[in-house]
Amino acid sequence: MEERKAIIRVENLSKLYGRNRQEAAELLKKGADKNEVLKKTGVTTALWDVNLDINEGETFVIIGLSGSGKSTLVRCFNRLNKPTSGKIFYKDQNIGELTKKELLNFRRDNIAMVFQHFGLMSHRNVVTNVEYGLEIKNVGKQLRREKALEMIQMVGLEGFEYSPIGSLSGGMKQRVGLARALANEPEVLLMDEPFSALDPLVKRDMQFELLSIQEKMRKTIIFITHDINEAFKLGDRVAIMRDGRVVQIGTPEEMITNPADDYVKEFIEGADKAKVMTARHVMVTPQCIVKTHDGANRAIQEMRSNNVPSAYVVNDQMEFVGIITLDGAMKARDEKLKVKDALITDVKMVDIDDTVDQVMTMFADAKFPVAVLKGKKLRGIISKASVITTLSESSFEQENEKSEA
Amino acid sequence: MNWLYQFPFKLNIDTAAIDDAVRSFAVNNEAILQFMRRGLNGLLSSIHSTLDFIPWWILVIVVFVLGFLQTKKIKTGIVYAVMLFSIGAVGLWPLMLLTLSIVIASVAISLLLGFPIGVLISMNDRASSIVRPILDTMQTMPVFVYLIPAVLLFGLGRVPAVMATTIYAIVPIVRLTNLGIRQVNEEVVEAAKSFGSTRIQAMVKVQIPQAFATIMAGLNQTLMMAMAMVVTASMIGASGLGMEVLISVNRVEVGRGLVSGTAVVILAILLDRLSQGWVKDKEEEA
Ligand SMILES: Nc1ncnc2c1ncn2[C@@H]1O[C@H](COP(=O)(O)OP(=O)(O)OP(=O)(O)O)[C@@H](O)[C@H]1O
Ligand SMILES: [Mg+2]
Repeated sequence: MEERKAIIRVENLSKLYGRNRQEAAELLKKGADKNEVLKKTGVTTALWDVNLDINEGETFVIIGLSGSGKSTLVRCFNRLNKPTSGKIFYKDQNIGELTKKELLNFRRDNIAMVFQHFGLMSHRNVVTNVEYGLEIKNVGKQLRREKALEMIQMVGLEGFEYSPIGSLSGGMKQRVGLARALANEPEVLLMDEPFSALDPLVKRDMQFELLSIQEKMRKTIIFITHDINEAFKLGDRVAIMRDGRVVQIGTPEEMITNPADDYVKEFIEGADKAKVMTARHVMVTPQCIVKTHDGANRAIQEMRSNNVPSAYVVNDQMEFVGIITLDGAMKARDEKLKVKDALITDVKMVDIDDTVDQVMTMFADAKFPVAVLKGKKLRGIISKASVITTLSESSFEQENEKSEA
Repeated sequence: MNWLYQFPFKLNIDTAAIDDAVRSFAVNNEAILQFMRRGLNGLLSSIHSTLDFIPWWILVIVVFVLGFLQTKKIKTGIVYAVMLFSIGAVGLWPLMLLTLSIVIASVAISLLLGFPIGVLISMNDRASSIVRPILDTMQTMPVFVYLIPAVLLFGLGRVPAVMATTIYAIVPIVRLTNLGIRQVNEEVVEAAKSFGSTRIQAMVKVQIPQAFATIMAGLNQTLMMAMAMVVTASMIGASGLGMEVLISVNRVEVGRGLVSGTAVVILAILLDRLSQGWVKDKEEEA
């Protein structure tokens, strides 16, 4: 992976709610957990010793059960919450050291937020809501109107510019929320469960919208969700939180293939793995490979000794060219032909980085296992059976563990 | 066994001394009080002469139009207009204008003082915890009590009436301004903050507009309380419809009392409806 620059760096960040914070911190340092601390000191541990880097231009998803501290963490980034201890750096600037004025400017220029229940102002219409951030920065009337209209168009709300907020559906309201946040041209976009209040179909639309906007704008997005599928769909990297601590940070793939503990596993259990795992994870090495210039006899021999009805054919550069069947090979031998003359080229091919989800669509009318290529080179094959066993394997494992426990 | 029924002792409070103290306060601050009296008198006169300058039929038409605009029903407009007309028809128009000018002056002062106080205590929990018990006490006190300091400081007439009416009527506007601003959706206020609003920007651009309906409800209550108080204030010499009621009660003239009492009720209903309807309109827009 290429090395990317961190835009936000969090160091030993903690946030405690309550009076005996000192005492609670001592307990936490000794390894006490949230419940224990609450019982002994009455202090709520919203965050404890969080460390993470968020890279420029990535979509960083934070996931965890209710009360695990997701909102608290994100709200520390724009100082809606004041941390109890620890530091947050934005491009080497310690956010905790900003003066009042600098903080206002930081919020105005660099970071914007989208809220779960939209946080729109009902006394303003769509366009004046979107303008709000520019208005308080004293951007001229005409300029901010232009910018707002542009944003409204981008989120697909043209025609509703002058509608009152009350007349919009939930999905449209959140589009306004998104447009309002983007109008400021922030570098970092904080989204606290922005799609949780929407019904599933609208939610899917909005996820798609966000992905396509992100494609264009390449913002740094910090996205909170409860939904593991949403996390894996949107996130370049995902952080799982529990009781105020970060349990694991990694790409969706890393999480699925290598979950840090049972808590993470339990989360991932709900994930639609087919959308995250790639062909790489489910392919098997083809048992039988022949070269284009081999004779038909050699192909038959290979297939017989491996006890398979077909072989995968590659050229000298290991580039995949097609399949030869046992029947085809025998016919070729009778007619004194070579392997390349009896090739079947009508074979489904997928890229090694395609998701299993995409691979599955290939099976519909595939006569042979699907070939997995990297570039043009053959890397493996996938049969329907191998996909199904791999997908169910991981959940089998978990069930076994559960029954043992 | 007499001691069971008797208090053990009796404190002799020197009420005369208190009277003296207030009186000497009045004398010592004569200049300021005189200034206030002149100011209030000037305000009342200008409101009254403005109202008096408008021909009666214009006010009737205005009430008709407002009633119609509010409910989109011609019938309502006509009912309102007839109600106002009937006050003039029984010869109480000039007295009504006197009453109305005291109400308007009191409400204007209540709004001018009460709204900023409401905004300030909504921003500060400490201030709120000091002011709220005072408001509670002010509302539970019998209305007559307000007349006493007003009379002591300003004597008799319409100026102390405005004074007492304002003290009585200012409570709801303060209370509901505070409440309205505090009730604004937390997330909306946070959204405003997250975009880098200063405190004043958030207040002026978001919190006050969002609390508008509640503030207007407070204004409506202030208006109604002023209307109630102005009748009572006739006891300290504020002429107007209330005075007419008071006279008829004193002379046991039932018929005269009924007519002037009805006029008071009509004026109260009109003020209530016309101010309330406006609030509703705004609420529906939101
Ligand atoms: N103002 C507050 N005072 C006291 N405790 C608080 C406060 N805000 C949050 N907490 C506590 O801090 C913990 C973390 O809360 P937070 O809102 O960050 O959780 P979350 O992960 O966002 O949960 P959810 O998914 O429900 O939004 C919770 O236990 C919560 O009760
Ligand atoms: Mg939350």
